[in-house]
Amino acid sequence: MATHHSRPQFQRHFRRDDAHIPFTIDGTAYSGRRGDTVLVAIMSVTGQLRRSEFTSEPRAGFCLIGACQDCFVTLACGTRVRACTTPLEAHMAFTTRESGNE
Amino acid sequence: MTRRFSADVAIIGGGLVGSSAALALRLAGLSVILMDKGFCGAQASGVNYGGVRRQGRPMGQLPLSQRAHQIWPQLNALIGIDGEYQRSGHLKLARTPEDFAKLEHYAETVKSFGLDLELYTGAMAKARFPWLSGNIAGASLCPDDGQANPRLVSPAFAKAARDAGAIVLEHTAVHAAVHTNDGFALQAGADCEITCRFLINSAGAWANKIAAGFDEPAPLSRIYPSMVVTEPLAPRLPVSLGEEGGGFYCRQVTRGNYIMGGGRGYALADPDFSRPSTTAALSVMKRATTLFPHLAGAHVIRFWSGTEGQLPDNNPVIGPSGTTPGLFHAFGFCGAGFQVAPAVGAILCDLVTSGETATPIDAFSIERFRNMSSQHNEKKGTHNEMVE
Amino acid sequence: MNETASVVVVGAGPAGICAAKALVAAGLRPVVIDEGLRAGGQIYRRPLVDDGRSATDLYGSEAAKATRLHREFDALLPSIDYRPQTLVWNIADNQLHLTANGVHQRIGFQNLILTTGATDRVLPFPGWTLPGVYTLGAAQTALKAQGCTIGKRVVFLGSGPLLYLVAWQYVKAGGDVAAVLDTAPFAAKLNLLSAIRFDPRLVLTGMSYAARLVRRGVKLHYNVRPTGVDGSQHVEGLNFKSGAKTHSIACDAVAYGFALRAETQLADLAGCPFRFDDRDRTWLPATDDAGRTSCKGIYLAGDGSGIAGADAAEISGELAALAVIQDSGMAADPRRMSVLAGARRRKAKLRDILEKAFPFPQNWFDQIPGATTLCRCEEITVSSVIDTVHGNDLRELNRLKALSRAGMGRCQGRMCSAAMAEILASTQKLKLPEIGRLRAQAPIKPLPLSLHEAGS
Repeated sequence: MATHHSRPQFQRHFRRDDAHIPFTIDGTAYSGRRGDTVLVAIMSVTGQLRRSEFTSEPRAGFCLIGACQDCFVTLACGTRVRACTTPLEAHMAFTTRESGNE
Repeated sequence: MTRRFSADVAIIGGGLVGSSAALALRLAGLSVILMDKGFCGAQASGVNYGGVRRQGRPMGQLPLSQRAHQIWPQLNALIGIDGEYQRSGHLKLARTPEDFAKLEHYAETVKSFGLDLELYTGAMAKARFPWLSGNIAGASLCPDDGQANPRLVSPAFAKAARDAGAIVLEHTAVHAAVHTNDGFALQAGADCEITCRFLINSAGAWANKIAAGFDEPAPLSRIYPSMVVTEPLAPRLPVSLGEEGGGFYCRQVTRGNYIMGGGRGYALADPDFSRPSTTAALSVMKRATTLFPHLAGAHVIRFWSGTEGQLPDNNPVIGPSGTTPGLFHAFGFCGAGFQVAPAVGAILCDLVTSGETATPIDAFSIERFRNMSSQHNEKKGTHNEMVE
Repeated sequence: MNETASVVVVGAGPAGICAAKALVAAGLRPVVIDEGLRAGGQIYRRPLVDDGRSATDLYGSEAAKATRLHREFDALLPSIDYRPQTLVWNIADNQLHLTANGVHQRIGFQNLILTTGATDRVLPFPGWTLPGVYTLGAAQTALKAQGCTIGKRVVFLGSGPLLYLVAWQYVKAGGDVAAVLDTAPFAAKLNLLSAIRFDPRLVLTGMSYAARLVRRGVKLHYNVRPTGVDGSQHVEGLNFKSGAKTHSIACDAVAYGFALRAETQLADLAGCPFRFDDRDRTWLPATDDAGRTSCKGIYLAGDGSGIAGADAAEISGELAALAVIQDSGMAADPRRMSVLAGARRRKAKLRDILEKAFPFPQNWFDQIPGATTLCRCEEITVSSVIDTVHGNDLRELNRLKALSRAGMGRCQGRMCSAAMAEILASTQKLKLPEIGRLRAQAPIKPLPLSLHEAGS
């Protein structure tokens, strides 16, 4: 999720002024809104969620209803969550490094 | 309309044993018909863990296993794919000093077979394999053992046999097989009649019905491995891992998925179909998080099971029939058939073409069950570790 | 040791809510298990927090139904054992295996009503894995549940009633809809005229979306096949053919889909027999008119038993509950059941016509380059799958999965099995029913490895 991908994909039309919820991606601070899923929070500030395992292509989720399993992201603690069905919580720290790779 | 086939050899069961025998026999110039009641390589041969392992086998199996060890690196030439075979090493862990003593004893016992086992105390093991965690009393590494992908290898042997000229009939169950003056006569599928000079019974968990038809039943029971696979993860586990006493085995494939197993699945109402056991899978998952804390955040994506043949002494049946000339059996690999299977195919070819083989197989004769009651006991194999 | 419930309902969409309501009315206390945070299913999904939008803003012409179902479900809460955010991931031996918050639980059942719903049916095209390409359902969910559009300038592509509806919802919310690209010929829409007698309100409302889009200046194209997406990191444009003409549209998002596909994994694991359904082009669990399967105690309702829409889901949910009540030896109003069964049959007839108006795009793969990703989980290409079919003379879908790895990833074929089936059948010149169906495997969705048993 380097800077050149930081073009937001999603456009907010509602809840723009709702309470800001802080989170980080690879240490960079962002904020979502109260009521965001992790996917919406991330895709509202960047252009991708992760890179695919085998071809390293950018991915950004697909079905948004927990079926395609394309939107798993990794928290700094190593836990992986499905972004589209996980509500954003304050101070979530996402890492785009692969899990178990350190 | 009846379809009639005639061949030098008919093989019942298109698993890895039957398919590799079919290929070897074709390469030796014999005509072959290979039959499977379903798809070739879809049962035990195709759904097992994928360990290509000599370490841990009883001494009697090691000559056979060493012969197979020579065949595995030649897969590309034999079947056109490498089957993801790699000599990653097989590391066997001991949780307790008693278990480590067993590993030391095993290493001493099999020294003459050339497995080149390397023994590590707990501290040495953790220094050599820094990804290891949890309580380890010691470990034994067989550096040239390894792993392969059964899902690809087993069907590829059947395909190679077909490409080499074998007639391969899938979804063709054999209903009747009788000895005749000049060989055998078989009825199979909806409309097939087959005559052959030699008959090979490599029907896996279903082989006993064939053997019983020739008046030599074996005390074959069924076991169902319980397997778990994770999502693809960063490469970290370079060896195939087992544990003394069984209960857990694990490898990470090149694409990143961890494949792990332990415990047993169970049969459905139709015993030809099985399901992985959730209890066994959860216990495997728990052991994995203990051994590999870095997997704590990972997900499993699938369980599976299959049907394997088990014999009471944890050894297979390999060799000529005791009742019927021209009939050969090879079944009941007790969850440890994947590595040896290509050698078993070669041995069956030896037996058909020359009546003998240089590999010692007397211990695997079906004759050892001759005096057993035909009401065989259902004693399950006790060596869980063998299911790999 | 484990609890056993007399009735478990899986899913809390229109089918699950109506089933629960009928069970409670009969004096039963069902366990209702749902993956969602709040009841309503995908169609009547509620935002995580109130965002100031009215029911009409959220659900349009269906606002009254949505509000009624939400209210009815809320009223049921004291009378049911409701378990939201809970995944049922296996069924074995009359037990459900559940997980919620990383904890594993089992629950036995005497009766089970599966209302597992549907997901978008999708087919691959060049660029479909790029950020900015989403399913139609995803585009709708982003707006309905989260108040977002999936991009600044969105192209809508595919076939199915959702295509025009979601495009219109985007326009209404202030989104920029670059075009609506229908894969069917315009003539197919004439079939809608014969659907009016079955449900005039639904059909006329549906037809009005296209008219409203045109009035807002949105371009509609018919007979479309996409040829590629511009952009290497995200969508920058879409190229497509409409008939013989080629077009290119600048956009930063594409929403697409071809109607829905039933989620049938749990019915499969429960051992229900399946039948091939010509209209949905897939295998579905076989049921009678009331949703009974041939497995004792197992009933199906809603889109998970065949795509029929939300109104039909309400009917089939209540019917399945009445079947449970009747089969348990309690009094179920037979007249109510026959009225519901009749209504369900009329919905099925309507569905037959809608399928003609929004047909599945046959011959899709004629124009799809081999290098296109088919299985997005395992990243297996179309040509790799075709080569596997040819190289092994494959004729069966599970065998294709085993040898090609397509369908073997995290989603268990949800996003690629329709494509795999179409490719296998057309490559081997077989009919779809002849190639079988992908078997479901537990867990039906990824499970945390660190899952632990309740109480341990």
